[in-house]
Amino acid sequence: MFSRLWRSSETDGFGDVHVLAVDDSLVDRKVIERLLKITSCKVTAVDSGWRALQYLGLDQEKTSADFVNVDLIITDYCMPGMTGYELLKKIKGSATFREVPVVIMSSENVVARIDRCLEEGAEDFIVKPVKLSDVKRLMFGAKEEKPSFNKRKLEEMSDDSSTSPQSPKSTSSSSSSSSTPPFSPSQLEQ
Amino acid sequence: MDAVSQLQRQFVEHATSLYREGYLDDQFTQLQKLQDESNPDFVVEVVTLFFEDSEKLLNNLATALQQESIDYKQVDAHVHQFKGSSSSIGAQRVKNVCVVFRNYCDEKNLDGCLVCLQQAKNEYLLVRNKLEALLNLEQQILQAGGSVPMIT
Repeated sequence: MFSRLWRSSETDGFGDVHVLAVDDSLVDRKVIERLLKITSCKVTAVDSGWRALQYLGLDQEKTSADFVNVDLIITDYCMPGMTGYELLKKIKGSATFREVPVVIMSSENVVARIDRCLEEGAEDFIVKPVKLSDVKRLMFGAKEEKPSFNKRKLEEMSDDSSTSPQSPKSTSSSSSSSSTPPFSPSQLEQ
Repeated sequence: MDAVSQLQRQFVEHATSLYREGYLDDQFTQLQKLQDESNPDFVVEVVTLFFEDSEKLLNNLATALQQESIDYKQVDAHVHQFKGSSSSIGAQRVKNVCVVFRNYCDEKNLDGCLVCLQQAKNEYLLVRNKLEALLNLEQQILQAGGSVPMIT
């Protein structure tokens, strides 16, 4: 959940938030990198699912003692080789990284696809082209600097109070919801 | 100062017509918002990447459509990429051609694909020229000590 990851310090910046961005398009990588940096995140951008797994140390069978610290993974859906969906499954299937929120980006606004990703554990789904407001919404929620929640997660709020020992940035687990969930129905109608 | 205001007026005229004629859409404005003193060349950099990417894609498309036995999935993959990148920078007319192009790929319609390839090329060249002119004006304004007007 964003609340335990984002609220890591008293500061308002997200300077220590590390995002792994995955997109096979050079143009899109440049844009997403800038969007994230402008919201003060540290960004590592790779061009494929395989490279993402390599970076995370998940391409090998061994469990690595020192894993890379990633707070959010944002990935394109349509990529040659491994799709964003397949990458999502691999991340959610890993002990080390399953708690890391994964956001999917896609130019295709297909409800079945969105549902599939959310069911597999994606935190959110952004329709491309990605705008600054999309990234801000992801980080801050609709208005203030409050973390935002996925529509479905709002229903499971009662489960959210448990802290995860695996998340290196977990702090207080007090959850707050923003007035507008990140994944609003209006996006589906676009 | 007169030279600067003249340049600024030219810039506004040019930019406005690009939006009005549908060459650019809101996504281009989005990109301009990402440019600031710490990243003064962001738009130029992205647009340059788009030009390089597009030229490669257009070549790949031409090659793919010249094959004895055409792999429409491969053609579609290239068009999908082109559609994506043009959408990301706000090159609306290019993107629109790509949408039609993909339909022809689905139908395995070679004639349709060839027409779209030509159209995509034309639209790309047009938007490239216009963007180059716009960014050139921007450069001139900055060099003359002025600020670049924001087009909403």
